Amino acid sequence: MILKGTAHKYGKNVDTDVIIPGRYCNLIDPVELGKHALEDLDVNFVKKVKPGDLIVADTNFGCGSSREVAAVALKGAGVSGVVAKSFARIFYRNAINTGLPIFECVEGVDGIKDGDTITVDAANGVITNESTGKTYSATQMPPFMQDLIAMGGLLRYVEKRLVEKSK
Amino acid sequence: MARPMTMTEKILAAHAGKASVAPGDIISIELDLVMANELSAAVAITEFRKIKGADKVWDRSKIALVPSHFTPNKDIATATLSKMMRDFATEHAIENYFEVGRGGIEHVVLPENGMVGPGETIIGGDSHTTTYGGIGAFATGVGSTDIAAAFATGEMWLRVPHSIKIVFENGLRQYVSGKDLILRAINELGVDGATYAALEFTGPALKDLSMSGRFTMANMSIEAGAKNGIFPVDATTEAYCAAVGKKNYTIYHADKDAEYTQTVVIDCAKIEPQVAIPWLPDNTRNASDLHDITVQQAVIGTCTNGRIEDMRQAAEILKGRKVHPSIRAIVIPGSQKVYMQCIKEGLVETFIEAGCVVSTPTCGPCVGGHMGVLADGERCISTTNRNFRGRMGHVKSEVYLTGPYVAASTAVAGYICGPEELQAKVPA
Ligand code: SF4
Repeated sequence: MILKGTAHKYGKNVDTDVIIPGRYCNLIDPVELGKHALEDLDVNFVKKVKPGDLIVADTNFGCGSSREVAAVALKGAGVSGVVAKSFARIFYRNAINTGLPIFECVEGVDGIKDGDTITVDAANGVITNESTGKTYSATQMPPFMQDLIAMGGLLRYVEKRLVEKSK
Repeated sequence: MARPMTMTEKILAAHAGKASVAPGDIISIELDLVMANELSAAVAITEFRKIKGADKVWDRSKIALVPSHFTPNKDIATATLSKMMRDFATEHAIENYFEVGRGGIEHVVLPENGMVGPGETIIGGDSHTTTYGGIGAFATGVGSTDIAAAFATGEMWLRVPHSIKIVFENGLRQYVSGKDLILRAINELGVDGATYAALEFTGPALKDLSMSGRFTMANMSIEAGAKNGIFPVDATTEAYCAAVGKKNYTIYHADKDAEYTQTVVIDCAKIEPQVAIPWLPDNTRNASDLHDITVQQAVIGTCTNGRIEDMRQAAEILKGRKVHPSIRAIVIPGSQKVYMQCIKEGLVETFIEAGCVVSTPTCGPCVGGHMGVLADGERCISTTNRNFRGRMGHVKSEVYLTGPYVAASTAVAGYICGPEELQAKVPA
């Protein structure tokens, strides 16, 4: 899978309250959630984001609440992936479980400016900044997590477990 | 010989059916309890229904469903989410469904009903599920898809966390509580200082800490990014278990030579009442340094500080005093049990005489939901756990985190103020 789009760059500790504020947590529909993605951090984000665009952020992206709708809202807004120096742990799990591709890459974040065009070769974790021509490699996920993603997310894995357990 | 293990590692190994585990191992654990509230449950139920082969939940006695965030429902959308959870509870005959009027905020309700215990593994569709580490359980927050999976299998995959030890030396000063200790610890670690890690709280100061204070501290472990925060099990823990009817639990102690990636020593004798200022919980100051900050609202309650001991601390300050004319003070007991106890002890009378609103148990303002949402430019002193931008309402409103003593003192003074200073200014 190749992700390609404009990088929208943000700083450290982008928390789930700004990714999707509590006042919208009564929504379930990804598209409706997406209309409010990052609203409290950058009111213009939903106006400028185009399908396929990526978020590029500093450390501890997604810190705060366990709200899975944070990952869902970003997908709903058209975001194809998030590149950050590090992720908060619940967001990391939620992204894997809901199928939002995420990449940990310190140099990549430093080498990408807001508005740059980037591509990510998801399978190999290779990030290319098309605006500068430079490439970076993201941290490899442990094999179990790669399997989860390859399987199509946590629920498919659960179905397999249920079959195993019933034997 | 088996590898020496921390408390968290021992609990995880036992629940993974292994003799030992090490940080970084990816394991699958058996769960003792799976919790969800109306927000996380609504999404989890939708996901659960998509799982082929999952027509029943794995164990209807080991699931707890607690309406708490926007309840009693504030509008049609939240009523719909609550209804989804209620219908699911009926359909699957979930034994522990705490209807409005019989429960309160999840993390206050579960411990007081004897539903969490030492050595257990608990996951919840809420990041503050870490609260149950206060009783010596491994407890962590997850998203709704993880909850759906656990409903079906009673299992969860996880990466074994490395452990960070926090040692609290010496005794606590007057008017210093668990909230002040954890705000200091988060300040030392930073909001991502414990990402993926287990925090293990130890040290001589723990003997001064009630279960209430320990729950407060474990609750906020997530504010340093931790996977879980855990307290050793001692006489205080066992007395609490006996009082709430928790039986059949296993006590695990960390091995003496267990490995910690970091040890942080905090001298409690030096800690005075703390306040975390916007926009992060690690932005901690001494309350005594913040006098020029006036606030318009005070919130006392929530899963962090909504237990009876917190209510008593607030009442101790408010007794015989009045809330400042320019402040709205909102007191929210964390559960129906706490609410009833407040009535029996005369605390509700104290609050109302002082000029506070006393609300039915709910998360309410903590998440900017209802019962005290802030307007543009307003500031709130609050016993909650997050002061992120827009957390309690308008994106330009501000939340200052503290314990019940400072919140109540500030409500009287009109500006951020500790109990000692209040006593000098406004004697009760
Ligand atoms: S009181 Fe606040 S932090 Fe606690 S569970 Fe409710 S919304 Fe979450």
